[in-house]
Amino acid sequence: MKTRKWGSLYLVLVFIILYVPIIYLIAYSFSAGDTMANFHGFTWRHYADLFADTRMIQIVIDTLLLALLSSLIATMIGTLGALGIHRTSRPVVKNTILSLNNILMVSPDVIIGASFLIFYTALKIPLGFGSVLLSHIAFSIPIVVLMVLPKLQEMRQTMLDAARDLGSSNAQVLSRVIMPFIAPGILSGFFMAFTYSLDDFAVTFFVTGNGFQTLAVEIYARARQGINLEINALSGVMFVFALLLVVGYYFIQQGSARRKASHKAESEAKLNEAAH
Amino acid sequence: MKRLISMAIAILAVVLGLAAWSNHLQQTQGATGDNTLNLYNWGDYIDPALITKFEKQTGYHVNVETFDSNEAMYTKIQQGGTSYDLAVPSEYMIEKMKKANMLIPLDKSKLTGMNNFGKSFLNQPFDPGNKYSIPYFWGTLGIIYNDKFVKPGAIQHWDDLWSPKYRNDIMLVDSARDILGFSLVSLGKSMNTTDAPTLQAAKAKLDQLSPNVKAVVADEIKMYMADNEAAIAVDWSGEASEMMSNNSHLHYVVPSEGSNLWFDNLVIPKTAKHFKAIYAFLNFMNNPKNAAQNTDYVGYATPNDKAKALLPKSVRNDKQFYPLQSVVDKSEVYKDLAPKTVGLYNDLFLEFKMFRN
Amino acid sequence: MAKKSSGTNALFYTPYVLWLGLFVIAPLALIVYQSFFDISGHLTLANYQTYFSSGTYILMTVNSVWYAFIITVVTLLISYPAAYVLHYAKHKQLWLLLIILPTWINLLLKAYAFIGIFSQDGGVNTFLGFFGIAPQQFLFTDFSFIFVAAYIEIPFMILPIFNGIEELDESFVNASRDLGATGWQTFTKVILPLTMSGVKAGVQAVFIPSLSLFMLTRLIGGNRVITLGTAIEEHFLVTMNWGMGSTIGVVLIVAMVIIMFLTGERKKRGSLR
Repeated sequence: MKTRKWGSLYLVLVFIILYVPIIYLIAYSFSAGDTMANFHGFTWRHYADLFADTRMIQIVIDTLLLALLSSLIATMIGTLGALGIHRTSRPVVKNTILSLNNILMVSPDVIIGASFLIFYTALKIPLGFGSVLLSHIAFSIPIVVLMVLPKLQEMRQTMLDAARDLGSSNAQVLSRVIMPFIAPGILSGFFMAFTYSLDDFAVTFFVTGNGFQTLAVEIYARARQGINLEINALSGVMFVFALLLVVGYYFIQQGSARRKASHKAESEAKLNEAAH
Repeated sequence: MKRLISMAIAILAVVLGLAAWSNHLQQTQGATGDNTLNLYNWGDYIDPALITKFEKQTGYHVNVETFDSNEAMYTKIQQGGTSYDLAVPSEYMIEKMKKANMLIPLDKSKLTGMNNFGKSFLNQPFDPGNKYSIPYFWGTLGIIYNDKFVKPGAIQHWDDLWSPKYRNDIMLVDSARDILGFSLVSLGKSMNTTDAPTLQAAKAKLDQLSPNVKAVVADEIKMYMADNEAAIAVDWSGEASEMMSNNSHLHYVVPSEGSNLWFDNLVIPKTAKHFKAIYAFLNFMNNPKNAAQNTDYVGYATPNDKAKALLPKSVRNDKQFYPLQSVVDKSEVYKDLAPKTVGLYNDLFLEFKMFRN
Repeated sequence: MAKKSSGTNALFYTPYVLWLGLFVIAPLALIVYQSFFDISGHLTLANYQTYFSSGTYILMTVNSVWYAFIITVVTLLISYPAAYVLHYAKHKQLWLLLIILPTWINLLLKAYAFIGIFSQDGGVNTFLGFFGIAPQQFLFTDFSFIFVAAYIEIPFMILPIFNGIEELDESFVNASRDLGATGWQTFTKVILPLTMSGVKAGVQAVFIPSLSLFMLTRLIGGNRVITLGTAIEEHFLVTMNWGMGSTIGVVLIVAMVIIMFLTGERKKRGSLR
């Protein structure tokens, strides 16, 4: 029991470290000064600036749009790829494909960005939203594969055989047995792809053209003059939004899981009654 | 499976909503295509109020996009997938872009206000006759010190940086040509030196500076200096003026033995499309009143003499940013060196940074 | 039947293989191709020669590996216990999401926050001031560089380790306890070996990006440590020596593939059977 207490204390400590810089950022978004050096008294001014800055709002929207769309497409392609890899029986082919898959995972962002830029130049693809979207899809696919594949490998062959014995077609096995089983992997793949896309600076920096900026690139450009506290205000808004989203999602999921569980228990009870 | 599909559809719906919103915002900002001007500039290098004024006056919509290094800008324009109408490269980059056929010559008949500029800023060797470029801002490389830690007047020359008094006190800007450059000047050599033994000697002298060097950083230098994190920094005049506006203890010195003289000029890259808007904008910026307002915002030195006359006396006569002609005469403008020499500068600088401990 | 399944296989594979070809193999080939050109555009092997013969790049490689190693060890030491405790916590999925959340805040902003925290009159020094031991120099030291790098990587280490521990069959742990093993014995003989795959995945996820860190090396480290990533960034963005940048990239990618091959081999074979 005592160790558990120490454990919780440790976890709290890790959380404090993880959140200190973020709290620091948000705290300064309320500072009346113009830099993150000294706190100058409370103000909402930076939030007012933020909401009046249409360019900034547009960039935030574009960034979210890009992250959602690219991770959605990457999740689809990645899941299909993982299914394909799983079905391949020849170890040589499988290992080769897996190694190729991992190359983008292990390459430094700068290399990825530069090579994509050379690639687009060679194909005369114009730089802008399209090139950024393609790149984000490209670097998110391997992480999706890596998240889905272990789930596929956990799946027992006997389960599939049983489904087939019961007369399910391949398509039915896929949609009724395999997909539900690997769904958690797909979800975490999407989640990671989304994170990678939001986080990316280097690749976007290389492949973006005029008319399209992401938040990371814009922050980098603005940071040349020292961070503007409007950006702190933006981090504050985004952080609170993300926090609400995560907590909300969790409790909705918990709620539905509990309902399902109680529903199951109920029907079982009914069955028992009927049997008596 | 059903749940996964409905999730995917929900995400798509959100994406569509965001796209519509983004599109709407773009239209409220006035961007419809043909009446736009795509300006490719350094970060925070123009007064936003001037942009608004220009948009109101002419009806054009200005898209400002930023780059953080001449080289990054060069790469993007060279790639060809962009459509920038105006860019603001530095002098050596103008030479390089000219050589690579990436610039469109200016149509002088459409330009007004060209005689507002000081003689010494026109017809520079990097662009004879200003065929391709119009001066935007100019400045020097120099030393910033904090009078809390350094006695005023103690630093007058590049050689003063080597004093053992300043152990672990100096921040350098992360730029091979500037840092090797001041070492070359302190040896009495040219900042455009191409000969390898001389460059080696400059690097050897820099190695002796190592114990005094606290960090080699880029734009963050401004923040560090403003926060009293270091006593001395080597940086460009424009950066210095920004630091000084945030910290009154800071001062800027251009060593009297000379330094680098740099120019940022407006050019029309080959990707340009909206020529009417381009000339309207160039003429707008050449207007002394607008140029003075921009100078006041950006804090760099303006090459527009008529605009300079409109600035407050304290700014106009500030020897830190408008140095004496004798210092300007001794200073050098960077030439575009052969790739091999640029490579040598970079390798030596990398070695200096690597073996700093 | 066999024909049909190979048909669906092709359907699965098409977009993925297309991606492999266009966004992995083609760019990789371009990078390898680029690495044979020097700064003046001549076809040459000189870049590789420079890399392997000049002390600069060898030292840089050693430095990068060393710092990446330290960062990985520090991250692992912090993350393993955290993941372990997390496994037994209530609402563990929620806590896990909350650990990922900080990664959504822009890296540059977090770096700037750390500059504020570690600066001469920043948060840490104000705190130390109460004990009369301020100001200390934190920025541009190994300590702050490793600390911030580890901070950035912690979520990417906790996640795979947590997954590894989740997969652990609790009955093994109970059995070990019932057989009279001490807590420490249970940990070293049962829990640790069984969660090793998660640890390996975490180490890969942290070590490899740490090798090619850039930005932080300048912002927090003041370019005191130059990693391979910094050099690549410089060659591509500043000096425009794409050939040399690509060469470092090729060396790095080859090294990574070797690392992955060494750490992943046995596990892959096991899972194939």
